[in-house]
Amino acid sequence: MPDTLKIGGRELTSRLFLGTGKFAGNKLISGVVNASGVQVITVAVRRVDTSFAEENILTYIPEDCILMPNTSGARNAKEAVRIARLARAAGCGNWIKIEVISDNRYLLPDNHETIKATEMLSAEGFIVLPYMSPDLMDARRLADAGAAAVMPLGAPIGTNRGLRTGELIRILIEEIPLPIIVDAGIGRPSEAAEAMEMGAAAVLVNTAIATADDPVAMGRAFGMAVAAGRMAYLSGPGAVQQCASASSPLTGFLSQEGCNELS
Amino acid sequence: MSFLKIIEEYQDFNIDAFFDRVTEAGVRRAIGQDRLSAMDYLTLLSPRAESCLEEMAQKAHRLTVQHFGRTMLLFTPIYTANYCVNRCLYCSFNAGNKLHRTKLTPKEVSAEAEIIAATGLKHILLLTGESRQHTPVSYIKDCVRLLKRRFTSISIEIYPLNREEYSELSEAGVDGLTLYQETYDRDAYACLHPSGPKRDYIYRLDAPERGCRGGMRSVNIGALLGLSRWRREAFLTGLHADYLQSSYPDVEISISPPRMRPHLGGFQPAVNVTDTNLVQYVTAFRLFMPRSGITLSTREPAGLRNNMTKLGVTKMSGGTSTAVGGRSNGSEAGQFSIADERSVEEMANMLYRQGYQPVFKDWQAV
Ligand code: SF4
Repeated sequence: MPDTLKIGGRELTSRLFLGTGKFAGNKLISGVVNASGVQVITVAVRRVDTSFAEENILTYIPEDCILMPNTSGARNAKEAVRIARLARAAGCGNWIKIEVISDNRYLLPDNHETIKATEMLSAEGFIVLPYMSPDLMDARRLADAGAAAVMPLGAPIGTNRGLRTGELIRILIEEIPLPIIVDAGIGRPSEAAEAMEMGAAAVLVNTAIATADDPVAMGRAFGMAVAAGRMAYLSGPGAVQQCASASSPLTGFLSQEGCNELS
Repeated sequence: MSFLKIIEEYQDFNIDAFFDRVTEAGVRRAIGQDRLSAMDYLTLLSPRAESCLEEMAQKAHRLTVQHFGRTMLLFTPIYTANYCVNRCLYCSFNAGNKLHRTKLTPKEVSAEAEIIAATGLKHILLLTGESRQHTPVSYIKDCVRLLKRRFTSISIEIYPLNREEYSELSEAGVDGLTLYQETYDRDAYACLHPSGPKRDYIYRLDAPERGCRGGMRSVNIGALLGLSRWRREAFLTGLHADYLQSSYPDVEISISPPRMRPHLGGFQPAVNVTDTNLVQYVTAFRLFMPRSGITLSTREPAGLRNNMTKLGVTKMSGGTSTAVGGRSNGSEAGQFSIADERSVEEMANMLYRQGYQPVFKDWQAV
């Protein structure tokens, strides 16, 4: 049986999602998609310009990809909801990645407002994928609010610092009955593989691919790393051993007949 | 609290003595910090740091690509009136200058907007002089209503308003405020602004903050370089940006480093700010505030703007005219003469050649 990720009634074979706001040219996007096998692409609604085809980022998104507009620029739930509706009205489908950021210094998401927006938009029939700071209680609230997946950050946006929040994400993976998609912070393919080995359902990569010297090759590297990490997760990696297994310094006496009592 | 309090803290700070103590090792240490303190920033503005400019430029480039990608937002100004009651010595619209005074009628605003919109731009900056009689807030609102039909982001660069007026304009569809202090040096400020409401240094200083409170999404500040000692101006502009960003985290704070340009009247810059100085300022600021926007206007010549694309700048104007209705009638004198006359298309092509994506739209009013 093929290993697929099911979100919003769609079945995905690729577990790498792509961000688009930082490419040196929108024309690069289709090359990256082909090389990486990406099936879900996120685009900031603020950048969509349907009146100017040549400079409209949507022109460069391959047709067979799922478009996941995002609410980048929203400072509160109300703005996120309005942006989502704008996206739907512009024909961008009903997937929406909620991004609510009210802090421009670190660009950390506002979980509280994100939960409110998730509730409103899922009630309106959107497939909602909220971007969040990894917090178990908030992730539960997002699940209750109708999120289709939860997208915790690995490190602040654009920092390429890797899985700094790994321990918290691990808890979400264990506890939340929804796909956990690591979004933001992943700087190298090895970190994407690590997230997948941990059991993340997918990863979203933007800066690390878009700002690489060769984005197409980097896209391919991420595609391979995500697939490898997923395969490793499914193969059930052996437990990490703290010491060589031949020796049992504390319990060895149990197997040595006649020696289990101090004389 | 007002930024004035921070300015006053530095009132007696001996900047020259500080610069005398800066060593090259100190500059390197400041460059290497993840988060720079105010003193690190000042270290990078020191004469000594000039010898480390390449290192500063490389880090500035790296940080900018990391946070903004290889992209550049394009916008253009629209001057709708040149009536002014102030006498800023460095400006052609100065009330004392003999100049044909005019303001665009709604029909003229639409005509000018149509010409600009045909270039594909979606971000526009609306400018007027200071005249509550000829261009009251209601006039600005009328202009905004017309511009909204063609542009998705509207910023204003007009006289300072009170908080309620900023809210009013924000509700009318203005999302950005540009307001330069011109100079943070109070003595120079008093000399340069001999009459008119602009003499009020503090009312102007607090205006960006009132804009933040009034609901502006982005606030752009700056000092006009050439009016006073540039290193101090650059330092205080950075501190002002930092103060606003900390106090209003949900507002995008950005800066511009405008240099004096030729204008009507005989005033000459008191200070010569070289290209090297400008690069030092922009790269130091990028290291100090890695996620803030930096705007470079057509005050700078084409060659320099091309070279500064990769040095931290995130926003550039193009297809500019600084005259009222300059694109539709072309005969009026501008606020100052521009140095880069390239069209929007030429700017976009330059960016593509440099491996940058020009961004025409980066916001949509909601
Ligand atoms: S700078 Fe502004 S306020 Fe001063 S004279 Fe020029 S238009 Fe008037």
